[in-house]
Amino acid sequence: MIAQSFQYESPGTLAEAISMLNKYGEEAKILSGGHSLIPMMKLRLATPEWLIDINGIPGLSDIKKEGDVIKIGALTTEADIEHSDLLKKHFPLFADVTKLIADPQVRNVATIGGNLAHGDAANDHPAVMLALHATIIATGSGGKRSIPIDEFFQGFYMTALQHGEILTEIQIPVPSAGTGSAYHKLERKVGDYATAGVAVQLTLDGNDVCNSAGIGLTNVNPIPLRASRSEQALTGKRLTDETIEEAARYASEDCSPSSDLRGSEEYKRHLVAVLVKRMIRKAAERARK
Amino acid sequence: MLKKITVTVNETPHHLEVEPRLLLVHMIRELLNLTGTHIGCDTTSCGACTILLNGKSVKSCTILAVQANGKSITTIEGLAPEGGPLTPLQEGFKENHGLHCGFCTPGMILRATELLARNNNPTEEEIRWGISGNLCRCTGYNNIVKAILYASAKMRGEALPSTEPEFV
Ligand SMILES: Cc1cc2nc3c(=O)[nH]c(=O)nc-3n(C[C@H](O)[C@H](O)[C@H](O)COP(=O)(O)OP(=O)(O)OC[C@H]3O[C@@H](n4cnc5c(N)ncnc54)[C@H](O)[C@@H]3O)c2cc1C
Ligand code: FES
Ligand code: FES
Repeated sequence: MIAQSFQYESPGTLAEAISMLNKYGEEAKILSGGHSLIPMMKLRLATPEWLIDINGIPGLSDIKKEGDVIKIGALTTEADIEHSDLLKKHFPLFADVTKLIADPQVRNVATIGGNLAHGDAANDHPAVMLALHATIIATGSGGKRSIPIDEFFQGFYMTALQHGEILTEIQIPVPSAGTGSAYHKLERKVGDYATAGVAVQLTLDGNDVCNSAGIGLTNVNPIPLRASRSEQALTGKRLTDETIEEAARYASEDCSPSSDLRGSEEYKRHLVAVLVKRMIRKAAERARK
Repeated sequence: MLKKITVTVNETPHHLEVEPRLLLVHMIRELLNLTGTHIGCDTTSCGACTILLNGKSVKSCTILAVQANGKSITTIEGLAPEGGPLTPLQEGFKENHGLHCGFCTPGMILRATELLARNNNPTEEEIRWGISGNLCRCTGYNNIVKAILYASAKMRGEALPSTEPEFV
């Protein structure tokens, strides 16, 4: 399968890339790992006239801690995330999620910025970033702006990024002591998108009372979904079988999965409830350590 | 518009002019005549097109040739010199019947090359997880896993595991 013809540029600076995006307008697309975009171009579901490859721009693939924020550059690959000691230390769910994204070769190429900018509710990082209360940094001709993750996903393959803006960084608050996180998705085989996936981050005090909770759902809603009622059901309460059960029930009621080859709507709602329970327990176990 | 690129393939630099839409796998097979890199699915699923790009295993059916500009590529042809000794992995596949039709083999070997470069003492589970992006229609994988265990023992200079087939 061969993509439709296009022109290719590989700018060496952000400013150059942004001015190219503005010059070529809607016909230009950003190329990061290309592992969502190139398959779509081969199927001619995407037919950009210009590809602006941002991989030659230095400084977009660092993972660092600055004050109480972890900053992940947009071009950081899944493999980089998998091997980052800093991320492992603060967020055990990254070890869960990177293993479940695609396969080792794809993870060597696919980037976290592309995963989020693609705006696909089937991708795994959107739910993770909802659970971690991340902020997206977008850079355009007017400089940088911060987009809270809750405002980032706007529709089917639609995000808050404006044309001419590049997602340059993801910022995640460093969790306080007593925090744990976990992710799991059910996939039919390696490389499959989630039948359903659940990301959870919890902060517990010494009495098992949940001070804060973040819960994101993968591929059970047209846009990546925060399970807000489930979070509220946990916050300020002791983690008991009842509170966990209640949180799981809310998530399965509030999502909106469609029946497809991966399963019926009913099955997916059931799966969401099961995964929410398991991930709350797993995150709590990690938080208590 | 054609783009000028320079890629080093199996240690030989090549200066090429390519259409931006040319896939890396087509550049390797059709412009450089290195047909050991296979196309199984063309949809990033099977791993038959796996090569090393700057030492990392990638699926060359989903990368543009222009993205490889300035980088170095290793294909199956670049692992052992012609007539020279095989790499431990190639020897492992040969000794353990790690291939039947051989279609998946170049991709399997290149993927395993990166796997062993990162960890020369993987467990069987780590090997199975490590080749989870490569499909084999023939072997049932057991002999591929044995081949990689054999190569890792050889690389560590330890006693080689038996290559006798197991009958169950
Ligand atoms: C076989 C296979 C299996 C996969 N399985 C999974 C899976 O299980 N889970 C999962 O989450 N993902 C999966 N993926 C998707 C993979 O993670 C993608 O590579 C990723 O979603 C997109 O990242 P990318 O760097 O490849 O982006 P690209 O393909 O380069 O870009 C994707 C889109 O985002 C835009 N874009 C890219 N970077 C930026 C930026 N910095 N700023 C603004 N816009 C940008 C592009 O213009 C394009 O529209 C799979 C992919 C393959 C091929
Ligand atoms: S041909 Fe590239 S993964 Fe199958
Ligand atoms: S040996 Fe035939 S596909 Fe693997």
